Order: sequence, then structure tokens, then C-alpha cells
Amino acid sequence: MARFVYADNAATTPVAKEVVEAMLPCLTEHWGNPSSLYGKGQEAASLLSAARASVAKSLGCKPEEIYFTSGGSESDNWAIKGAMHHAKKGRNTLITSKIEHHAVLRTCETLEKEGYRVIYLDVDEYGVVDLRQLRSVIDETTALVAVMYANNEIGTIQPIAEIAEIAHANGALMFTDAVQAVGHEPIDLSTLGVDLLALSGHKFNAPKGVGALYVGRGVKIGSYIDGGGQERRRRGGTENLASIVGLAKALELAVARLPERDMIRQKRDRLMNELLKIPYSRLNGHPTERLAGNLNIGFEFIEGESMILWLDMAGICASTGSACSSDSLDPSHVLLATGVPHEKAHGSLRLSISHETTDEDIDYILETLPPIVERLREMSPLYETVKK
Amino acid sequence: MQYSDKVMDHFTHPRNVGEIEDPSGVGQVGNAKCGDIMKMYLKIEDDVIVDVKFKTFGCGAAIATSSMATELIKGKTVAEALKLTNSAVVEALEGLPPVKIHCSVLAEEAIKAALADYYTRIGRPIDFELESDCKECEAHH
Repeated sequence: MARFVYADNAATTPVAKEVVEAMLPCLTEHWGNPSSLYGKGQEAASLLSAARASVAKSLGCKPEEIYFTSGGSESDNWAIKGAMHHAKKGRNTLITSKIEHHAVLRTCETLEKEGYRVIYLDVDEYGVVDLRQLRSVIDETTALVAVMYANNEIGTIQPIAEIAEIAHANGALMFTDAVQAVGHEPIDLSTLGVDLLALSGHKFNAPKGVGALYVGRGVKIGSYIDGGGQERRRRGGTENLASIVGLAKALELAVARLPERDMIRQKRDRLMNELLKIPYSRLNGHPTERLAGNLNIGFEFIEGESMILWLDMAGICASTGSACSSDSLDPSHVLLATGVPHEKAHGSLRLSISHETTDEDIDYILETLPPIVERLREMSPLYETVKK
Repeated sequence: MQYSDKVMDHFTHPRNVGEIEDPSGVGQVGNAKCGDIMKMYLKIEDDVIVDVKFKTFGCGAAIATSSMATELIKGKTVAEALKLTNSAVVEALEGLPPVKIHCSVLAEEAIKAALADYYTRIGRPIDFELESDCKECEAHH
């Protein structure tokens, strides 16, 4: 059996064993409806409230500020649409960045169709949002500033506290899509200064289909699903208890593991430094202000999907910002926003490692990838002109 | 998105990769912006394609369609090669995902571009339609 190396943790993560163990009793024993008044329901209700308290503790907020959702996309949709629909009169502008996740960008497009004004901030070559531009465009019509905590493709971490300060100084709310950051970066909501924060369980070893939205006290975003009285009447529907319990457990484990970030970063840096020795390669994203497990490298003259296919055959799971892996032929909007030209954006590879990645895994990627790059370059008409 | 076994076979073991020294005709289509470039080299003797080589920058489907297209025209006459359509390439590959059909169009265009170059070199007027580069691809931009 060939080696299997999972280097796509930014896409999803495996559910941790402890998480499965925490979830199982919710399915086998505590299957009651948390809204039911009898004992069986109340067992479930207390598990739900314990999970909410645990998530709040992990993030440094109050339990009543945590709303469980179906995941990152729902949290993004709710936070942004809710904040805009409930904004004070005269505040009809939303400021976001060009490198947000599609769950944010498509939501912004929907709001534009509804008549709201949306300003998309530029980023610099490392993917950091232009704060000068933010200061110059923000005004008394701004209802919300929505900037992601860390980028899913290039891993760049934004100066969220500073952005929140600018938003608040202008009377606007601050939302951050922290789907890539929660469980991977230390986040303390008691000091961060954001009003709304989205997270997704499956990015930190909880199951898919569960997430949460932090809504600071007094922040008005209305309800998202009309229905029963669940989630303080703001998101109807019987709670996905097992997954919520799993999310709380996974977050607790991830937060306890945060000191291990340095070890992940060291492995990532070794991978990065070795791969950058390949001629005509470049680092995408910020050299230091990036998620510990994220590496995004562009290899000129070749196309990302071909790399992914070869890596897959060698048992390595990776991803590309390249067009050809998706339904669109356009290369990554994130790389283009950082100024990477189209032709170079096509040859980008994202490797996202985790606490489970071993030194042997890194060695294996380093043995496997360079010959793939070389093989594809040998058959590239772009490379022959460079060689000559 | 899933590739057929045939596509994976041609992707992992591409036929006729390389260049031809002193070719009878060379054609290059596509552009790096779209993410696909195909360069086709032909060696033609007595109106027969005796050798063909390619180089491709692109995704798995781009490489596989180039490889299959070279196989389909090798040993054929110029007239036969001109009749090769992108759907014949797709069929020979046992299908392509819809988003990748443009790769097969590019393969057909690469052959026509190489044949046009051959016609020009021998002073024969180009009596077939030459597709403009990467039409399919442009449609997506």
C-alpha cells in the first residue's frame, strides 16, 4: 500500500476520535428533543447548554452570544444579510475585501442586487487588506465591515483588531469570517473587538454540517430561520445535538493544542524552504503573517490540476487555486487580487498540514513533488522557451 | 469531476510528447491566461503525417486530449487529419467532463494550426477554416 499523506486540512479535517466518542451518546442514549419538558428532553437540553458554554469559554465570550448553525456558509450569510437588513437608517454600505470566501462574496452580490452598496477592498501582494483604503472609503453610510480572519487559499492573517477599531470609530459593525482561524489561531473575543464571527466545525476535527455564529450582545441581525423557539428564536429547527456536542469537544481540543502551532509552523517552513529551491517557484501569501499549516506555492510553466492528479496517484491530497479544478476556468480570485498574473496563478498549489502531519510526511512530499513539477515542465511549451 | 480511465491513461502516459527537429509544420493555440497552451509539431512526407509530437501546458484533460489527438492523426493523410473533430477526440477518450470540452476543441485547433503552417511553408493556399484561438475559453471570461 502506497503512503497516504493528507495535506488539505484547509478543505476539511478528519473527525477526531475523542469527538466521535463525545458524539455517540447523543445518538444512542440522549436522543431526546432539547425542547421537550420531560427528562429525556432535558438530558439533551443540558448537553446543548454545556456545549454552548464550552464553545463560549473556548472563544472568550458569553454562552448567550453563541448561535449554532449548519456551518460556515450559513453563519456568513446570516451575519452579513442580518447586519445589513437591520442596519440603522442611512447606513446601506457594506465594506468587504476582494479575497473573501465565496460564501461572503456571493452574499455581497445578493445584497448588491437588493440595492445595497458594496465596496471591495484591495489587498497588497501578500494578501493583507489595504487599511488606508478602508480609512478613506468608510463613512457614516457604512453599516458593516466584513473581513475574513485568515484566508483559505493563501493563509494570510488580517489585522482584525485594527480593522474592527476603524469600523467602530465610524459607527459600523465588524464581522469576521474566522472559518480558517478558529481552532488554529488564538482567538479571544473579549479583546478582539468584533461584533460577529463565523466558524465551521469541520475545519478543526468536528463533523461537517455544524458551525456557529458569535453575535455580540446587543448586535442586531434578526432571525435567520423562522420556526420554533430554538437558538433564542433566531434560528428555528431542532438542534443538531450530536454535531454541536462534537463541535464543542473539537474546539476544546483544538484550543488546548494551540501551543503546538510552533511545531506545525516548523514543519511548514521546512516544506516551504525546500520547495522554494525549485527554480521559478514563488510563495503566495505572507511570509510570516499566515496560518501555521498553510503553504501556497506557485510553480511557473505548469498547471495546478496536473500536479494534483499526480500527487493523488502518489497518495498525497493537496489542492489548487487553479481554475481547472473547479467549474470555472478563471484562476483564483485571491491570487489575482494579490497581483499574481493569470498565467502564474494557474500553477499554484496549496498544501495545508495539521498537528497530525509528521516529519516523514513532509519528507515524502519533498521526495514526490519536485519530480512531478519537472515532469510537467518537460512537456510544457512555456518551459522550453525559458530553457533555450 | 471524474476522468475516465482512458483520460487518466493518456495523462499519465502521454503519447508523442516532445518536439520534432526540422518539422513540416508547427501550430500553437491557447494562451497561458486561460491555462491551456498546446503546441503541435508535424512531419509530413508525401501528404502523410509520418510523425507528430506535442507539448502542452494545461490540466489533465488538456494533456490527455493532446496525446489522443496525436495518436488519431499519426499515419493519416493531411486530408484525413483535417477531418478530425473535437468530438472524435472526446469519444476516443471515453468522454470528458463538460467543463473540459474546450480542451478537445483546443486539440483540434492545434492540429489545424500546424497544418496551416505546413500549407504556408509549401505555398498551398489554406482551404480550411482556421478557428481563432481559444474561443471556448474566451467565452468563460
